[in-house]
Amino acid sequence: MIDRLTEHRGLDSFDIRYVALILAILGIGVLSIYSVTHGQKGGMAPYYLKQLVWIGLGAAAFLVMWASDYHSLARFAYPAYAVILLMLVFVLFEGRTSKGAQRWIALGPFTFQPSEFAKLILILVLAHYYSKAPRVGWLQRVIVPGLLVLPGLLLILKQPDLGSGLSFVAVYAAMLLMVGVRSKALGFILLFSIMLFPFAWEGVWGSLHDYQRQRIMAFVDPGYDPGGKGYHALQSKIAIGSGELLGKGLYGGTQSQLKFLPEGHTDFVFAVFAEEWGFLGVLVLLTLFVGLIWLSLEIASKAKDQLGALLAVGIVAMLCFCVVVNIGMTVGMFPIVGIPLPLVSYGGSATIMTMAALGLLLNVKRKRLSLFY
Amino acid sequence: MATVHYPEAEFGDLHRRLFILRVGLLLVVALLGLRLWHLQIREGPYYRDLSENNRTRLVLLEPARGLIYDRHGVLLANNVPSFSLYVTLEDVKDREALIQQLSNLLGFDPTLVRKKMTARGSKLLPRKIKDRMTLRDAMLVESNRLDMPGVMIQVESQRNYPGGMTAAHLLGYVGEISADQLEKPEFVDLHQGSIVGQYGVEKSYDRHMRGMAGQKNVEVDALGHEKKAVVVERPQAGNDLYLTIDVRLQKVAEDLLGGEYGAIVALDPNSGDILAMASRPGFNPNVLSRELTAKQWVEIVQDEGRPLNNRASQGQYPPGSTFKIPMAVAALETKTMSPSSTVFCNGGYQFGKRVYHDWKASGHGYVDLHNALVHSCDVYFYTIGQRMGIDVMAEFGKDFGLGKATGVELPSERSGIMPSTAWKQKAKHEQWLPGETISAAIGQGYVTVTPLQMASLVGTVANNGVIYRPRLVQAVMDRTSGNLQELPAVPRGKINAKPETFRIIKDALADVVTKGTATRAKSSMVTIGGKTGTAQVAALRTGPEENIPKKLRDHAWFVAFAPVESPKIAVAVLAEHMGHGGAAAAPLAKEVIETYMKLAPQVPAVTSDLSSVKRSERSAKDS
Repeated sequence: MIDRLTEHRGLDSFDIRYVALILAILGIGVLSIYSVTHGQKGGMAPYYLKQLVWIGLGAAAFLVMWASDYHSLARFAYPAYAVILLMLVFVLFEGRTSKGAQRWIALGPFTFQPSEFAKLILILVLAHYYSKAPRVGWLQRVIVPGLLVLPGLLLILKQPDLGSGLSFVAVYAAMLLMVGVRSKALGFILLFSIMLFPFAWEGVWGSLHDYQRQRIMAFVDPGYDPGGKGYHALQSKIAIGSGELLGKGLYGGTQSQLKFLPEGHTDFVFAVFAEEWGFLGVLVLLTLFVGLIWLSLEIASKAKDQLGALLAVGIVAMLCFCVVVNIGMTVGMFPIVGIPLPLVSYGGSATIMTMAALGLLLNVKRKRLSLFY
Repeated sequence: MATVHYPEAEFGDLHRRLFILRVGLLLVVALLGLRLWHLQIREGPYYRDLSENNRTRLVLLEPARGLIYDRHGVLLANNVPSFSLYVTLEDVKDREALIQQLSNLLGFDPTLVRKKMTARGSKLLPRKIKDRMTLRDAMLVESNRLDMPGVMIQVESQRNYPGGMTAAHLLGYVGEISADQLEKPEFVDLHQGSIVGQYGVEKSYDRHMRGMAGQKNVEVDALGHEKKAVVVERPQAGNDLYLTIDVRLQKVAEDLLGGEYGAIVALDPNSGDILAMASRPGFNPNVLSRELTAKQWVEIVQDEGRPLNNRASQGQYPPGSTFKIPMAVAALETKTMSPSSTVFCNGGYQFGKRVYHDWKASGHGYVDLHNALVHSCDVYFYTIGQRMGIDVMAEFGKDFGLGKATGVELPSERSGIMPSTAWKQKAKHEQWLPGETISAAIGQGYVTVTPLQMASLVGTVANNGVIYRPRLVQAVMDRTSGNLQELPAVPRGKINAKPETFRIIKDALADVVTKGTATRAKSSMVTIGGKTGTAQVAALRTGPEENIPKKLRDHAWFVAFAPVESPKIAVAVLAEHMGHGGAAAAPLAKEVIETYMKLAPQVPAVTSDLSSVKRSERSAKDS
């Protein structure tokens, strides 16, 4: 009887609105990927089919996460973090290079991007850390978790993968704000940041790769050299702007169909969608994302315990960050950093990781409704 | 046990913070929405324009150049397909690498390719790098095109002259428009790489023949590969030309000159139609219409025989004794001499301290005007020249068209010189010397003429003083409407002289051939009237002709018309450094006249059935 009740409650927690939102966003992603790459020749499987496979794997991960218990998962946070750090080290030496960065580990015919999974594991680590004991004082609240974040952050920046690195920082910052930082601690952080800024700038700017620096420079004024550094940003803006209200229709996006827009199926998939479906389509997609994040925040606020709440907050923060920065860079509000649009951009690791994270979120909700814990 | 519970206050704090997060999220999303509204709605049309320009490239479609036919519809110039390589700089990623690729693959000269790529012009428009490529080279490029973004092969028409060197100076040749030409208003529609006529009627009638380029808007991808043509505006073919020449006669004239330098002009005195205009040495317009290397070009330009020079319209020579024809007209018209009054010729003419010799050292005895022409007595003309004075001579010379361009439709025609006191003052800032009049009277000294002017002059005499502008193009066929526009013969004027004067002169010229200095021009077929001339190249002559180096030997002249009774053809022959006109030039003129008379009966009336003949032949020969 107890078991039956649990089962019942568990199914109830499988929020149909939540899943519908996820599926709708995934559908937009597959459609856009199909539209950009349908003309592609070559022996490879078409991108949209591969993406469907990733979504299938992602759905499995989603169900596993949903069915498991986040408390037991949290217990494996540190070992998992150690493993992912080893993988990141491995990537540096043995990883597959693509577009000047070493981010991938080859797994037979597939490649695997540890930095994507590192994000989720980092959320687990931080949530576990803060909920384990009442962390008091700025040393325990800020410095120690900061030191936890640092090795992963440095390894990812070294690849280089500015986008994932920034996501790391964003997750850390969001968690920090959620557990609360006393104003004195915040003051110290600000002070140190300002004092260290010249050194940090030197270190950061100096360690950036040429293309990263160029992208940041291009962000300042993308119009000055359409064929050069600002190329991505300008082509993306042209794609989005030329969509106007109703868009150019499926396959009608000349910017992406004619390959003026690079990375149309990955980082710039939003521009493809905006070009083909116009402002109305964009409003629909934004609404779907807002809805998904809203429901996620709902879960966070109603979490049974602090671990659940922090996990939920971390996942929402990551989702928000990726959505806002990705769209922000395609519309020319942010510099171009390689961040995929969650659930929309083509990519195995990111899709599976995002779906797993969403499953974990739903797990937080399920445990809240579960009577017996 | 796993969870540590915190005081309620701590959790309440979380709720407060989550609320802030929600507000922040909505704010950020609103900001993104605003930005998207700005991009897609407010600036949407602007970006739409940008995207349209992004994907289309304008490709010009070169028109087919008009064809050229002779007076009977024989094809003289047409177009054949050829492959050209174009590069659109906008789509080229690495210029140097491409230059290397092209020179490795096809053996192009890297410096030449680089020069073409750096030449002024739009980056968005394809520019021609190489034309007349072989099929093999074109295929090589096509098969490697994916590695060479921005490169494309176009099939184009290439100018072709089936007759090779025949009538090369008349037809001219075509070539890529030069930077200087691009600046000129008449080439305003053209662009770098356009083919324009550079010589001959190809140049003077370029406007008619070049046609109008069409446009193709091609949708390309970011790599410059053509996806599909969006809009096609068909090119408009250029108009066809019908020349007045008879290519058979042209060939005969050219063969007669053979390897010697010189010119032969034959025209119809009744209309000014140029029947043949040969100039030797010649050139092959097929070679010149191709892209020449700098070395090839230097070779042609520095050739001692100056093959690009059309000696018929651009060569200026002293007319020698052929000048006696207008002098004789002047003497009669000014009543300086009556037809029967005589001059005694003892072989020399004393003027001041100097003796002007007659070509016949023993002299001609008493000569009247008729005999002076028939035997080309110099002393007679020294005498009348001295009596008339240079300015009267110049007046008559100018009436006959000397000293000014005939206006033939060929570029860079020269005008020759008809000297006068005013001319010398202007050109040399010197006074006219009386002795110079004596030289001028026999066509030496300052007087120079072109063979074309002399043919026109003898034609004018044959025509009893009516002067026609020499005409090379008789009709233009409009390609789009199919209309044949005839260009009428243009009378330039009439020499104000009595018909009796022309009768006397023509009589004398007929006797020149029958019993005078040009008996070698005597024909059993047709009566010919003519006048020999020998233009001195070097003033001092020592010893017999054979001892003089060839380039110092005299030029041989012969001007003629036939038949004497009702002239149908006027001919001028100039053979450089061939000595006496009667020996070297007269037989050539006879050959030309006889050939024409043999052809003449088959000649259909020039314009009446032209259109029907040409149209049927056009379809067969057009390409």
